[in-house]
Amino acid sequence: MTQTFSIEQNFQGVKLGDQALKKHRDHVMTQTKATGHYAGIEHFSLKTKDPILYNKMISRLRAGVVHARETAKRIAASPIVEQEGELTFTLYNPAGDALLTSTGIIIHVGTMGAAIKYMIENGWEENPGIKPGDIFTNNDCSLGNVHPCDVHTIVPIFWEDHLIGWVGGVTHVIDTGAVGPGSMTVGPVQRFGDGYQVTCRKTGENDVPLKDWLHESQRSIRTTRYWLLDERTRIAGVHMIRDLVLDVVKEVGVETYLKFAYEVVEDGRRGLQRRIKAMTIPGKYRAVSFVDVGYNHPDVNVPPYAKLNTIMHAPHEITIRADGTWRLDFEGSSRWGWHSYNAQPVSFTSGIWVMMTQTLIPTEIINDGAYYATQFRLPKGTWMNPDDRRTAHSYSWHFLVSAWSAIWRSLSRAYFARGYLEEVNAGNANTSNWLQGGGFNQYDEIHAVNSFEAAAEGTGAGAVKDGLDHAAAIWNPEGDMGDMEIWELAEPLIYLGRNVKANSAGYGKYRGGCGFETLRLVHGAKDWTMFFMGNGYMVSDGGLMGGYPAATGYRFEAHKTDIKDRIEKGEPIPLGGDTDPDHPEYEHFMQALEVKRDKQTMTTETIFEDYDLYLNYLRGGPGFGDPLERTPQQIEADLQGGYLLPRYAEKVYGASIYQDDQGAWRVDPVQTKKNREKIKQERLKRGRPVKVWMEEERAKILKKEASLQVKHMYASSFQVGPRFYEEFKAFWGLPESWSLTEEELGISSFGQKYRMGVEQLPDVKPLVLVEE
Amino acid sequence: MAYDRKKIEELIDGTIDWETLHRMLSQPKDPERFQLYVDILQERVHFPETILLPMGLHLYIVQKKDGSRVVKCDCGHEFCSADDNWKMYALIYVREDEESLNELYPKLMAPDPSWQVLREYYCPNCGTQLEVENVTPWYPILKDFEPDIEAFYQEWLGIPVPEPKK
Ligand SMILES: [Zn+2]
Repeated sequence: MTQTFSIEQNFQGVKLGDQALKKHRDHVMTQTKATGHYAGIEHFSLKTKDPILYNKMISRLRAGVVHARETAKRIAASPIVEQEGELTFTLYNPAGDALLTSTGIIIHVGTMGAAIKYMIENGWEENPGIKPGDIFTNNDCSLGNVHPCDVHTIVPIFWEDHLIGWVGGVTHVIDTGAVGPGSMTVGPVQRFGDGYQVTCRKTGENDVPLKDWLHESQRSIRTTRYWLLDERTRIAGVHMIRDLVLDVVKEVGVETYLKFAYEVVEDGRRGLQRRIKAMTIPGKYRAVSFVDVGYNHPDVNVPPYAKLNTIMHAPHEITIRADGTWRLDFEGSSRWGWHSYNAQPVSFTSGIWVMMTQTLIPTEIINDGAYYATQFRLPKGTWMNPDDRRTAHSYSWHFLVSAWSAIWRSLSRAYFARGYLEEVNAGNANTSNWLQGGGFNQYDEIHAVNSFEAAAEGTGAGAVKDGLDHAAAIWNPEGDMGDMEIWELAEPLIYLGRNVKANSAGYGKYRGGCGFETLRLVHGAKDWTMFFMGNGYMVSDGGLMGGYPAATGYRFEAHKTDIKDRIEKGEPIPLGGDTDPDHPEYEHFMQALEVKRDKQTMTTETIFEDYDLYLNYLRGGPGFGDPLERTPQQIEADLQGGYLLPRYAEKVYGASIYQDDQGAWRVDPVQTKKNREKIKQERLKRGRPVKVWMEEERAKILKKEASLQVKHMYASSFQVGPRFYEEFKAFWGLPESWSLTEEELGISSFGQKYRMGVEQLPDVKPLVLVEE
Repeated sequence: MAYDRKKIEELIDGTIDWETLHRMLSQPKDPERFQLYVDILQERVHFPETILLPMGLHLYIVQKKDGSRVVKCDCGHEFCSADDNWKMYALIYVREDEESLNELYPKLMAPDPSWQVLREYYCPNCGTQLEVENVTPWYPILKDFEPDIEAFYQEWLGIPVPEPKK
């Protein structure tokens, strides 16, 4: 029997029972596929017939969703939510596609949608049942959640006895009971150490959380007070939005509301296509990014099979077609690994919209329409689409923000070519360091910390101006470093300094924004550990059109210091920034049993005692254009503001500098011009024809001369990216016999051959939302 | 909304006022920008070929009299055919030891060359640094941008690709 479909069927609420919800979503998907328009909407009926009402509904619902976020935020006690705004609310249609979202960590437009779709596909309708007043909680990474600390509260919206939509709310909780404290801990190498995870569990009925859930969840995590208040925040927000939707339905009627709930997604899909045509150039764009995973180090305490230095590899090819649709292909990406930086496809595809709202689609209407206008290819087995259910994800962002930085460069080439220079951005900073840890705090409570000072990194340089200093983070465009006084209340760590980090920005005609650094003194902590999390051996962003990438990270920590004695005696102590790490000064103002100053910026729990020191260095952004084109005035300002160490003004910018009578830095423009001519001559002398250089590099490849981490990256990319392997060999003209495998590297074989995906569990129907 | 020529010149020169720049960022794009932008760039370069598309801060895809398309630096240096990767015809300098990287960053803030190297690409004529790549050793040289000039002009701008100048 052939079933006939009508588009109108999509605009009704769903009376649950007999897999009605699943059939509804199937219907929407079938029509989308058949017509190329979301839910088969080739012609808008509401938007065309009553554009004023349509736009009013957008404004009213969007304002309501934003308002719910602002109001609910006040309930939370966690500074991550309350100070940094790490929460988001999103409204969905019955099929689980997002209509409208609030501000905040809008990566969750897709991750909460994936949770709803998972419930639909896996028969939640029958068991455990979906009823008015139900509350579902999810933070399961294998469903697409970014990391376990992003906890979703999802409620259905019913009008009479029909389901007419869903609301989701998410907060970034401060701890989820992983092997180490903090929300994005270093140390888990499998899901089983990644923290407490719940899979779309019914945790409330009749709008009230169930007792078993409250008791169990509190026992599973460290920071119980924040946990409970975060949940109340989410529940309050989703209920406010549910009430708003019901008010709107009362006014416009359920049919109009539902029409709206689908048309707005199609509108979003067409909006992205229009925007791509308005801002870019059709064609192909390629770029690559990397980030280091330095786990073969004594300060990284992980199982032996995970003790390996390796590199995340994320090359992309973006194809913008003449019709304004686009395809993002990540062929060649490295395999997933035994660390907590793996990502699920949904967090990858959904997270990209966080970035796009800062560039390509800076609009209020960000919804799943953008997803339907985009084709993603994330090869199975890569770090962004793992084929094993054991993978850990607690700091997926480490790889995500690094991978996306290259996308800025590709888009910026389009903007530049088109003359929209105001949109050019060389990239985003690596959003680290993450100061995390826990133990007993200054109030004698079990506690965990995750300093969101990382929400204020340097931004990338543009084609018309410098990046912003210590200003933002890619994952939350509203970023804020937070008040020191608030962090001191939340953490047993006193500030001994908060300064601009000199030379952290990438140089260029326009430089990236500088990051900053804070020096923290442990005070009032008991049984306390902390660790570092960020990039160190590599930089993950890249310069554009002659600009340099930002600086890498490094770590500084000091243990068993004499600072207590010094304070008592009134002697000087380390204060302010670690201004020039080539000539460190902190060590002149203290004695310490142990100082660690190195590039090992990933560590696991280390014991910290009172009067120990921890340097939190937040990274800078990449630069744009040849540094020799930077104006003398800008270099003077850099020197005066502490953004640049004087010797680099000379070496990198070719500036001739001196200090005037008042001690202010000056640049001599005439001499600078001469220096720059000389530097250009030096470049011509030291530069070699690319084809000559390639012969030497090729010889190294033939002899397999490279560090183990570099070879491991290639071997794992070759395994899951056969096309990348062929292209690599063709580029270097390597003989047919040349190959590089993980087996020959003499490292642990865990994960190389034996893998098992979540879809192999009984009764599990996974969602596949990308090309694999 | 459209902007006058002077504002676009200021945009190119980085001297534009914040108010106008903010308007450019927050309002819908002005579709006539491309033509104005290319006209200004054409006036500023000293070579006779027609600019079809700016490729980078100093690079252009230009059309020669015979109709062939090449990549040119604004100093006049001709790199290669527009289909080819200009980087393959540049001068390269690779920073792959601590000393050369320390010329750019304090030691602890520079990439470790056993993980990552810096490749600087210079114009062989004027010595301008046109691109910097931070990649692992062995990394193939990527072709960053392959524009579809025909589709862009004809389908998106709705104008023909400029004819070769006689
Ligand atoms: Zn040149």
